[in-house]
Amino acid sequence: MDYFLTEEQQMIKEIAAKIATEKVRPVRAELDETEEFPRDIMKILAQSDLFGVYLPEEYGGLGGGVMENCLAIEELGRACIGVATTYAASGLGAYPILLHGSEEQKKKYLPIIASGERLAAFAVTESGAGSDAGGIQTTAKRDGAFYLLNGTKQWITNGGEAEIYTVVAITDREKGARGASAFIVEKGDPGFSFGKKEKKMGICASATRELLFNDCKIPADRLISREGMGFIVTMKTFDVSRPGIGALAVGLSQGALDISVEYARKRVQFGKPIISFQAVQHMLADMATETEAARALVYTIAKYIDSGAKDISKLSAMAKLFPTDVAMRVTTNAVQVLGGYGYMRDYPVEKMMRDAKILQIYEGTNQIQRNVIGQELNKEYGRIKETFF
Amino acid sequence: MQVVVCIKQVPDAKNVRIDPETCTLVRQGVESIVNPHDWYAVEAALRFRDEYGGKVTALTMGPPQAEEALRETLALGVDEAVLLSDRAFAGADTWATSLTLARAVEKLGPVELVICGKQAIDGDTAQVGPGLAAHLDRPYTTYARRLELLDGGHLRAERVTDVGYEVVEMELPAVVTVVREIGDPRMPGLKHKMRAKKKEIPLWGVAELKLNPEEVGLQGSYTQVVRVFSPPPRCDREMINGDAETQAEALIKLLQEAEVPGL
Repeated sequence: MDYFLTEEQQMIKEIAAKIATEKVRPVRAELDETEEFPRDIMKILAQSDLFGVYLPEEYGGLGGGVMENCLAIEELGRACIGVATTYAASGLGAYPILLHGSEEQKKKYLPIIASGERLAAFAVTESGAGSDAGGIQTTAKRDGAFYLLNGTKQWITNGGEAEIYTVVAITDREKGARGASAFIVEKGDPGFSFGKKEKKMGICASATRELLFNDCKIPADRLISREGMGFIVTMKTFDVSRPGIGALAVGLSQGALDISVEYARKRVQFGKPIISFQAVQHMLADMATETEAARALVYTIAKYIDSGAKDISKLSAMAKLFPTDVAMRVTTNAVQVLGGYGYMRDYPVEKMMRDAKILQIYEGTNQIQRNVIGQELNKEYGRIKETFF
Repeated sequence: MQVVVCIKQVPDAKNVRIDPETCTLVRQGVESIVNPHDWYAVEAALRFRDEYGGKVTALTMGPPQAEEALRETLALGVDEAVLLSDRAFAGADTWATSLTLARAVEKLGPVELVICGKQAIDGDTAQVGPGLAAHLDRPYTTYARRLELLDGGHLRAERVTDVGYEVVEMELPAVVTVVREIGDPRMPGLKHKMRAKKKEIPLWGVAELKLNPEEVGLQGSYTQVVRVFSPPPRCDREMINGDAETQAEALIKLLQEAEVPGL
């Protein structure tokens, strides 16, 4: 299938695919087993200029957008979404600065993120604030030329590994959703430390940690946008980052499909390769069709966002929802196609199935995505005066 | 400091066939790749530049499509590339090839170091590197796994041998061939790749290199291929099983039966 990519997009895809095949695929099982952070791979991605594909040239990036980011993520995800999540999460940490940061903040942070010299991370979730970001307890209190942060962030991807954190904290509890603000916190800031590294079901190569703020003192110019903009910054960030989760899902689905078809062509039962049996063929056909549909959706929405469109919340939620549900089905069926072998750790699909589950959970559960889509539909149709009956 | 790296485009070893009539490689319809050993030469050249400064120029002799191989090296960060291509170069053996490359190195101006892969996977001669040194009248070493520039402009190389490694030192300018222990080739970079796409690659033929057509290509080659054949299969083998004593007894019996003197 030809998606008529530009020359630059084709190059991004080729380089990411080469790194995925030669540097990620051979070590994915080991990284899954040891839960070791893929530092060497991040270094290679940095040297290959992949960390800046979605950032403007003036900040050291390559001038691409969501589409370019998705292409790189997809190809890396085809080999291992633990590694690809690590890569993508740096982008997630950079987006609040790119979208709402001051010129000084952009100049200070984006070039070192674009070069891959520093990893970034985004911190919203807390033990009592997941789908309901209104439950955030972490506070930021203005103290002269500084802010003092107190609280604990939970399950932060790239926690401990990243140097630059965008953190959402409450500056005015009485204002509810309008009382949250986004800040840039650097590793090494006084009062900022890390909690335990979580043990997860999948994406074990990615690091997930608590962030602990104990009278963490940061200069006041680390505030992103204005006080009270925290939720808007978060929502706008998710609007552009969610297709990236869709891209992880497309890559994962493709990786599982690749293995399933290759295996089904070789595995002989009842004297024939199992791909000659309709029961298996139809499973593979559905896996391939859904994967392609997911890819087409992600690319189309990514390009729409890059066109500068404003009404993107619903579409961006769709670009996360559908591909990740597909990835769960495709990887589950990949295990089924490989049968007993599929269930064994010697083969890569059981990892893929474990990895797939997180895609339906993080960056907004798929239930939350449906909420977003449903609420947007309600608003959209409320504005239409004509009837369709 | 200029480092030149010589590369060769070869048919992908997975698809090689030999024409039984002409005894030459069938290249039609076979995908070309950069000789895998040459990637280590490219990596060695880039590391040398990164460490000691200067620039890396990639050189290849081949048909016009060998330009693609040069662009692949540019995508890794090689600074310049020159393609040596001329109908007169066709059919060159290692003598004519290394002569042509030598003239190109001379034309490139001051070149402190020439790096080649240890051998090409099609011809497997491992002669072009040393041949190049001979034509350039420069010192050389082969199978290097480590290169270091010493104060005073000397080169120290560790060369791999069957039993370990040797440390050799030589004056620059010099020629070395390298092995895979020099380090894994780096991945292409996006910025390098974009530059590679647009980069102008000069094309030099006999005229540019001031070579006589009789000195190069098939005419300038001393090697004549009389016959190419697959080595005959090894004679019958028999595996002896059992513990050491049983195996030894069985072996002695077989040797006696074969009337080996002394048994």
